[in-house]
Amino acid sequence: MIVIPKEIDPLEARVAATPTSVKKLIDLGFDVAVQSGAGEASSFSDSDYQKSGAVIKPDAASLYKGGDLILKVLAPTGKEIKQIKSGTKLISFIWPAQNESLLKALAKKKITALAMDSVPRITRAQSMDVLSSMSNIAGYRAVMEAAHSFGRFFTGQITAAGKMPPAKVLVIGAGVAGLAAVGTAKSLGAIVRAFDTRPVVKEQVESMGGEFIQVEFEEDGSGTGGYAKEMSKEFIDAEMALFREQAKDVDIVITTALIPGKPAPKLWLEDMVQLMKDGSVVVDLAAEQGGNCELTVPGEMVVKEGVTIVGYTNMPSRAPAQASSLYGTNLVHLAKLLCPEKNGEVNIDFDDVIIRTMTVTKDDEITWPPPPVEMPAPPPAKPAEATVVQEEPKDNSKLITGMWIIAGIALYALGQAAPMAFVGHFTVFVLAVIVGFHVIWNVSHALHTPLMSVTNAISGIVVIGALLQISGSGSGVITFLAFIGVLVSTINIAGGFFVTQRMLNMFRK
Amino acid sequence: MSSLISMAYLFAAVLFIQSLSGLSAHETAKRGNIYGMAGMAIAIIATIFSDSVVAYGWLFFAVIIGAAIGLVLAKRVEMTEMPQLVAMLHSFVGLAAVLIGWAGYIDPRMHLTGAEFVIHSTELYLGVFIGAITLSGSIVAFGKLHGIISGAPMLLPMRHWLNLGIIVLTLLLGFGFVSGEHAGADTFYLVVMTLIALFLGVHLVAAIGGADMPVVVSMLNSYSGWAASATGFMLGNDLLIITGALVGSSGAVLSYLMCKGMNRSFISVIMGGFGTDTGEVLHGGDEDHPDPIATSAEEVADDLAMADSVIITPGYGMAVAHAQMAVSELTENLRKKGKTVRFGIHPVAGRLPGHMNVLLAEASVPYDVVLEMDEINDDFPETDIVLVIGANDTVNPDAVEKPDCAIGGMPVLEVWKAKRVIVSKRSMASGYAGVANPLFIKENTRMLFGDAKDSVQEILKHIDD
Repeated sequence: MIVIPKEIDPLEARVAATPTSVKKLIDLGFDVAVQSGAGEASSFSDSDYQKSGAVIKPDAASLYKGGDLILKVLAPTGKEIKQIKSGTKLISFIWPAQNESLLKALAKKKITALAMDSVPRITRAQSMDVLSSMSNIAGYRAVMEAAHSFGRFFTGQITAAGKMPPAKVLVIGAGVAGLAAVGTAKSLGAIVRAFDTRPVVKEQVESMGGEFIQVEFEEDGSGTGGYAKEMSKEFIDAEMALFREQAKDVDIVITTALIPGKPAPKLWLEDMVQLMKDGSVVVDLAAEQGGNCELTVPGEMVVKEGVTIVGYTNMPSRAPAQASSLYGTNLVHLAKLLCPEKNGEVNIDFDDVIIRTMTVTKDDEITWPPPPVEMPAPPPAKPAEATVVQEEPKDNSKLITGMWIIAGIALYALGQAAPMAFVGHFTVFVLAVIVGFHVIWNVSHALHTPLMSVTNAISGIVVIGALLQISGSGSGVITFLAFIGVLVSTINIAGGFFVTQRMLNMFRK
Repeated sequence: MSSLISMAYLFAAVLFIQSLSGLSAHETAKRGNIYGMAGMAIAIIATIFSDSVVAYGWLFFAVIIGAAIGLVLAKRVEMTEMPQLVAMLHSFVGLAAVLIGWAGYIDPRMHLTGAEFVIHSTELYLGVFIGAITLSGSIVAFGKLHGIISGAPMLLPMRHWLNLGIIVLTLLLGFGFVSGEHAGADTFYLVVMTLIALFLGVHLVAAIGGADMPVVVSMLNSYSGWAASATGFMLGNDLLIITGALVGSSGAVLSYLMCKGMNRSFISVIMGGFGTDTGEVLHGGDEDHPDPIATSAEEVADDLAMADSVIITPGYGMAVAHAQMAVSELTENLRKKGKTVRFGIHPVAGRLPGHMNVLLAEASVPYDVVLEMDEINDDFPETDIVLVIGANDTVNPDAVEKPDCAIGGMPVLEVWKAKRVIVSKRSMASGYAGVANPLFIKENTRMLFGDAKDSVQEILKHIDD
């Protein structure tokens, strides 16, 4: 039995399952119970869940009583842990590095917990990578918040009432959220620039329609697992100079820079905010980790130096229906992995690296941190671009000359020995072969089958041989052989032409 | 009278050439076929009314039965079974060539001497030899295509030496036959040669695997032409020579095009042994081979509803599942919704050159949305969804990315460049070449497991919900 509680944090509008994902969980052999009102903030009604096959429970207490596996968004609070019965399995955000006391509380209650924030960044786990799916929403939402607070258009227009310049957007950090922000801002018509310490993302930024800006400095900031590492001081100085220059020009700054396990780097300093035009907007997606902007107030929107600074920490939750359906789908993919037999039995298989990495408590044991996962090393340079072997055109003129000489000699020899009648037929034969090759080269590929059947039909011309033999020899054997010959080649002629006609009639424009 | 017949033959030959050149475009194809029929009618009528044909009873009997059988066959055949029909018709040409050769050998009216006799005997011998290979080879090809014989290559030990031995033996018998007087031992030579040529045909084709059949069928097409040509030489008939040469070169060109489509040499195809029934299967689970992501018809219908441009790449699997009608219905449905739907056809898709085109035409897919690989390959990056239906090796990215693998260097449809690829397939099994297909585990690929026809019909059901 999977249970879906209503989130108790008032700022949390997401829910761990949607009516669509409930149906898929049921297909995996699970029973599903949903707390009444769980999907309300995401615009999913109880009756929608019921239609998908879920049971509705009136409150959390009765819900947790029957549950073997809890799907949640935020980590359970102390109060919630009290309600959960011992031995239950839990999947939600946990942030184990920051929440040691939570791990202890869970282990004490023998709750096996899988942390959605700890999905290893390997290819196979991509379909469960909730950080990516939430970042995508955060990036989109950041642009929406910026547009909301920005007193102008994003797109440039020339109207009778005057010219409007397009907004200029700078995105710092081109991860999933950054790229989503680039794409969203671009599609609203803004001029979009993006900065990242990892030169490899240049192509991705450009594919989303952004302009990649970089400092005149050679240092690759690619770390493991798709994150950036900390940079040297010289690099940061050059970077700051670049930002100051941009600050005077851009209208909107969206910062998304995170370094795993550390507070967010301060990249947009107070003086840069001062340099910005009044009415500009800074959206700080790193607010939860302290913020990239010095003036960010986590969780709030403030106006400082005439610039609106958005520091909301619940961006995904501000697009709750979308966030819930992506989160729900991520959970369905995880459930498939946990329940390979599709029989509703959860199997915590520690041999599977994804499950092992995500499991932070198993029964009464804290299993965090997990053994390190072998991250695929970022390819050192460009992966050898599809190595199509271009063959050098061979110089075969010698071969061709040789063949002409051989052909000449063969014809000479034939001319010496062969009788006149044969030479005549042979001439016809050679010329016909050449004509045949030239005619067939032009046949369009789509008509190759009709071509085969029509050549089949006309090779039934051997019937003439049989026709000439069938009479006048006086030999019964010859007549019989020729009879069969005429019979089979007529089948060929009639069948070949007729089936060709049938096929050609089918082709229509 | 004889000149008149020669002119009739000339007219027929010209019509045949026009017939083949008419097939170069859809617009002129039907006219081409009619030219072919006219040429054939003229040739046959002229022959029948010539001096050398005097008895008509058996002749008309044979023509009427033959024509009736041919028409019934042509009317009844399903388009998915075209490869079998073509192979069977090839065997008839081979049979006719053998019979005519034998009849010519027995015929007492031939009185030739010296060099003419030698040449005549050579032509006769050659005609029977090629005819016999065509006959037995086509029968085996028919069996393989019809599923009577396993599609896997049959590999006898030392098979190349065996083939070489047969050819040497044929040459030796040939010298004996040509230098003889068409009596006694010569009959024996001819009989033995006919038998080993029949065996050679069986052996050659049996060694070639199922998906190389496009090459085999066009090769047999070519052989049937050369057999007709050789018969023409034997009878001193220019029309047969010309027609045989046309058909022979046509088959040779098609074989060449098919080999080029697979980036393999003609010799390597003929040597056989390529392809197996049980190939490597990708086992998911580890980092290099993540699990394929399965999808459902419902999700595919949703994806399609959101896509603007769709390319469908069918393969032999579509023919096996008889899915072409459902695919056509889906195409029409999507086109009515204003989406761009096109087809990308790999040159060696199916079991006959151009097989997919005929199947789609049968299902009334307009031919101007059915494009060749070279025409469509550049468009994949701008395509929202590619639907791969029963194709495997022809969409394998390894062909481009791993030049060392069995299909390395083969030009393929670069479907993986599209935003989303949906592969309709029965299982994860590898294709004919026995090479695992990393397309199935790419992150933008979704697998729709199940029979192609059922899957497409299921998609159709959901698409209008």
